[in-house]
Amino acid sequence: MTSSGVLTGKHFFQGDEACAEGAIAAGCRFFGGYPITPSTEIAERLAHRFPEIGGVFIQMEDEMGSMAAVLGASAAGARAMTATSGPGFSLMMENIGLAVMMELPCVVVNVQRGSPSTGLPTLPGQSEVMQARWGSHGDYGLAAFSPWSPQEMFDLTIHSFNVADRYRIPILLMADEVVGHMVERVVIPREDQITRWERKRPDPNNKDAFEPFLAEDPDLVPPLAYAGEGYRVHFTGLTHDELGYPDMSAETHHRLVTRLVEKINYNSEKIVQTEDHFMDDARIVVVSYGSTARSARRAVKDARQEGIPVGFLRLVSLWPFPTNQIRELADHVDSFIVAEMNLGQMALEVERHVRRPVTGVHHAGGAMMAPDRILDAIREVANTGYTHLR
Amino acid sequence: MRCYAQAILDSGIPQDNHVVVSGIGCSGRVAGYMKIDSYHTTHGRAIPFAVGLKLANPELTVTVFSGDGDLAAIGGNHLIHAARRNVDISVICANNFNYGMTGGQLGPTTPFGARTTTSPYGSPELPFNLPYLLAASGANFVARWTTIHVRQLKRDILYMFSKPGFSFVEVLVPCPVGFGKMNFIDEGLDEMLLYKERCVIADGIPIDELGIDLRTDQPIYVGRFIDRDLAPYRPVRLEDIE
Repeated sequence: MTSSGVLTGKHFFQGDEACAEGAIAAGCRFFGGYPITPSTEIAERLAHRFPEIGGVFIQMEDEMGSMAAVLGASAAGARAMTATSGPGFSLMMENIGLAVMMELPCVVVNVQRGSPSTGLPTLPGQSEVMQARWGSHGDYGLAAFSPWSPQEMFDLTIHSFNVADRYRIPILLMADEVVGHMVERVVIPREDQITRWERKRPDPNNKDAFEPFLAEDPDLVPPLAYAGEGYRVHFTGLTHDELGYPDMSAETHHRLVTRLVEKINYNSEKIVQTEDHFMDDARIVVVSYGSTARSARRAVKDARQEGIPVGFLRLVSLWPFPTNQIRELADHVDSFIVAEMNLGQMALEVERHVRRPVTGVHHAGGAMMAPDRILDAIREVANTGYTHLR
Repeated sequence: MRCYAQAILDSGIPQDNHVVVSGIGCSGRVAGYMKIDSYHTTHGRAIPFAVGLKLANPELTVTVFSGDGDLAAIGGNHLIHAARRNVDISVICANNFNYGMTGGQLGPTTPFGARTTTSPYGSPELPFNLPYLLAASGANFVARWTTIHVRQLKRDILYMFSKPGFSFVEVLVPCPVGFGKMNFIDEGLDEMLLYKERCVIADGIPIDELGIDLRTDQPIYVGRFIDRDLAPYRPVRLEDIE
């Protein structure tokens, strides 16, 4: 192990443990959280690991306090994170909105279980995809990623910190119980091979003229000043002007909210990540994400063995939605199938973007989706002769 | 707020190291009035935000400035747990006995029987005795003053900056529009006079006797009630374990 705590080498890790190691490798040194199944192992591992590398682990009194503490640490300059599951994710929503408004980078891991309410604490779900996009009140933009393996729990945790820092947004790492508790090989690279994106920082020679919410660059991201650096900043959840002070005018409100949304739209091509296979001859595309994508890939391979020209698209990022990728695909294929562990959330988003039939393979959660169900759907769509179903 | 500003100037701590965090409400706006690093957070969450700031950068002198509703009702859980952990932050709680910003509703400190817009027949609830609550929760320093006790208040805020662990001062503040006019206290000045007539400085008085009812002739006890040295919170370090 290096002095920075990066556990370079090959490991046999649970997804939750890989996530904690990813956070350490990304330079995260603050974790504020509240225990909740199936995310608890992330907190447990960081509670064990942080004392030796100088990180701060604090178990807060609830998820509202956890999220607020993470934002306070972020305001002080720390890379900060929390981890939770459905009920806690709901409690964090208000302060996720504050993170958007204050433009404080942070990472929120949601190891999804069966929902709604207390649901199925120990079993998987993927039913907070729309909550990730729209769960806090108001118009806003942020990014969400969906890991499908313990290795990706590690990789995407690092990437989440990078994207959070680059665009000053909260990142929602939307894992699920299968990926969180699955044990697989995880390869951790040498520390010097781990990419860390730097935050945009203000000019220390121009402190008096600094306007903390003035975005002068085309990417619409203002530089971030930390507490105690002498910039004398004011951050508020109220609608604020470029200086950061409250301004209750409709013009300022429109300008601010539009920038927060456009910041994501403008940079979406850099944030969006997808993975595809077998697209060359594909007439049908199966879209999936997280642990369900593992079943979907199996089903696509089996269908191709039967001679069905089907391709596989995995959403690595859920938000912003890969609008351009999906629309380009729609020009070449006849039909989409969306497989997900909810009763139809991303399927709505795919439907909204393409003028092609979209077939959903849905399950409310509680068990990983069987490849057979997806294979049946592929066969059924193939038997229609790739014509439009509706 | 003037006492807080004066204490900052007198503290000898560089102004750039002072950070103020507030929640939502009349006193929540204080963060926006101070020319230091300032964070105006969500309703009730000023304390956990301040805890994150302090633990991520222990060099900072972090003060939470907020109201009784923000700190003791919607943020009540954070208040008692931060005191229990004894995190090294200072909390200034402006208690005006009601939700003033929203127009005078029942709050966690509204005296029993007092009228507000949501207790038009008199409050049916017993209020929090805040110093009692904070003392029981584990705070290292607990005091109460009013807006007429400017010297004592400034002195104690200054003391709280250097006091390790969680320190808390309750400041009774007049709210003539929200609370006063429904409870036969016409002007802000009348409430100040009431403080002057009825306040008794009683350092170290048994804290269970610190309940307040503005409408009776009971004395209002002010002063320093708790000043102790329980171990302040610090993150676990490997050298502590070995």
